[in-house]
Amino acid sequence: MRRIVRVASWLYALAVYGFIFLPVVVLVLFSLQATSFPIPPFTGPSLRWYDAVLSDTRLTSALVNSLLVASISSATAVTLGFLSAWGFARFVLPGSGLLRGLITLPLTVSYLIIGMGLLVLFNWAGVPKSLLAAGIGHVVINLPLCFAIIYSQMGDHQINIERAARDLGAPEWKVLLLITVPVMAPAIFAGFFLSMTFSWDEFVISFLLTRFDTTLPVEIWNLLRSGLNPKTNAVGSLVFAVSIVLVVLFELTLLRRRKA
Amino acid sequence: MSSARNSGRALPRAGHALAWALVTPALGWTLLFFVLPFIAMGFSSLTAHEGGGFTLTNYSQFFTNPSYWQAMVNSLQVTAIVTVVSVLLAYPFAWILAEQVPERWQRLALMLAVLPFWTSYVVRSYSWLLVLAQNGVINRALTGSGLISEPLQLANTRLATVIGFVHFFVMLLTLTIFANLKQLSPSYRKAAADLGAGPVRTFLHVILPLTLPGIMVGAFLTFVLCIGDYITPQILGGNNELLMPQLVMMQIGRRGDFPLASALSIILMAVVTIAYLACARWLKIERA
Repeated sequence: MRRIVRVASWLYALAVYGFIFLPVVVLVLFSLQATSFPIPPFTGPSLRWYDAVLSDTRLTSALVNSLLVASISSATAVTLGFLSAWGFARFVLPGSGLLRGLITLPLTVSYLIIGMGLLVLFNWAGVPKSLLAAGIGHVVINLPLCFAIIYSQMGDHQINIERAARDLGAPEWKVLLLITVPVMAPAIFAGFFLSMTFSWDEFVISFLLTRFDTTLPVEIWNLLRSGLNPKTNAVGSLVFAVSIVLVVLFELTLLRRRKA
Repeated sequence: MSSARNSGRALPRAGHALAWALVTPALGWTLLFFVLPFIAMGFSSLTAHEGGGFTLTNYSQFFTNPSYWQAMVNSLQVTAIVTVVSVLLAYPFAWILAEQVPERWQRLALMLAVLPFWTSYVVRSYSWLLVLAQNGVINRALTGSGLISEPLQLANTRLATVIGFVHFFVMLLTLTIFANLKQLSPSYRKAAADLGAGPVRTFLHVILPLTLPGIMVGAFLTFVLCIGDYITPQILGGNNELLMPQLVMMQIGRRGDFPLASALSIILMAVVTIAYLACARWLKIERA
């Protein structure tokens, strides 16, 4: 009986892993395709499609835009998230439960609706579509995330360190910059890198709120109109590589925190 | 937790001014770029596309135009199928990772299971197209092995949309259910065994009920993300049948009809809110 369960478990797990990895393996494999169609039989290997991606100025500038929007919007989200998490964790504010709820509320609304709302508002206010507009939307979706991560990591031992600093005469801004920020650094970085991965991959808000300069997911979307194409596979594989780097950074920063 | 936190009474002079200074930027951002747009959308949904003026036609259209109504029905059907299939696939998988895989390999096994999470979402849907297309991997494998003579129509169907979604949500649910299973104290199992319950009874009467809240939270997340998603149905489902997000985007893209798009978005959000209220009992845990 035990044995049967074990074997069945192995088979089941293998099947699920197969299902999960199938599209990714196909994507990467056919990005190395030597001929023009990303379909079997595999004719590779060749790096020509990577070459084509890197020499496509639309794609490379979209990539730079994506990195720019992701890093600036994540830095904004993590700063606002950190300040508010500190405020809520250290002070008693009237209605703070409700206010915290308000900050985390965007988490429960789909990106499409957040993007739609901003589109309508900006349209009324006469704000043109731009990377800035999309970046504002990215802060909206990532701020609750940064807030939640940092707020959950504000422990009691840090209060004591802060109090000690105050007793020794440190003004608030010094406590914040020299004590709280360094102590909370792992959570801050974790929030930052997680926001980066979300912003980097976000499509619908950027699609609605940008026009000429746009981000990589939108540019990949445009590329899809030309049908199946190994160039799309190559750019997809590159995006995957960048995401993995961000996730590893996220893991490392969180792990450091756990060990501490 | 909160009582310990609130013990910061030794806090500074002018504590409140500082506290408000800290939380105001985040609150302001949320009010300005989340609440206000929502209000703007509400107003917009009540105006006529041509010429302005207040009207309820955008909402009444939804209830009277069968194709709009159908989009909601399609969305609910697809979301329900995806949620159920994903839970059914992910639960045994999470259980295997938590119970059958040796402790020291679990972290690695879990990381591998969610690795494709981090490919670009647009690209992930596209890569399913490579698998499901007329001359894609599956059809080539099936015709090559002589199992079928004509390629199957897999892409641009509801099945393709469901596969793309399930792929994504199996990863998400595996994470949440795994975390839930790991939190269970092993003593429950021992107690059940001591009282004479076999593995099946232990599972049905002890483990499953205790992990139900986790499943519900995961299922709710699946519901919210699935019903509001545009990319997967657009890439994999094609335009054979429209889901709500596709309908919303169509109003903006092709017709520039913001009022109708706003009304449809608000209806979509109302459905999610109803779902939230229905699962509120299970979801409350998070808000402690």
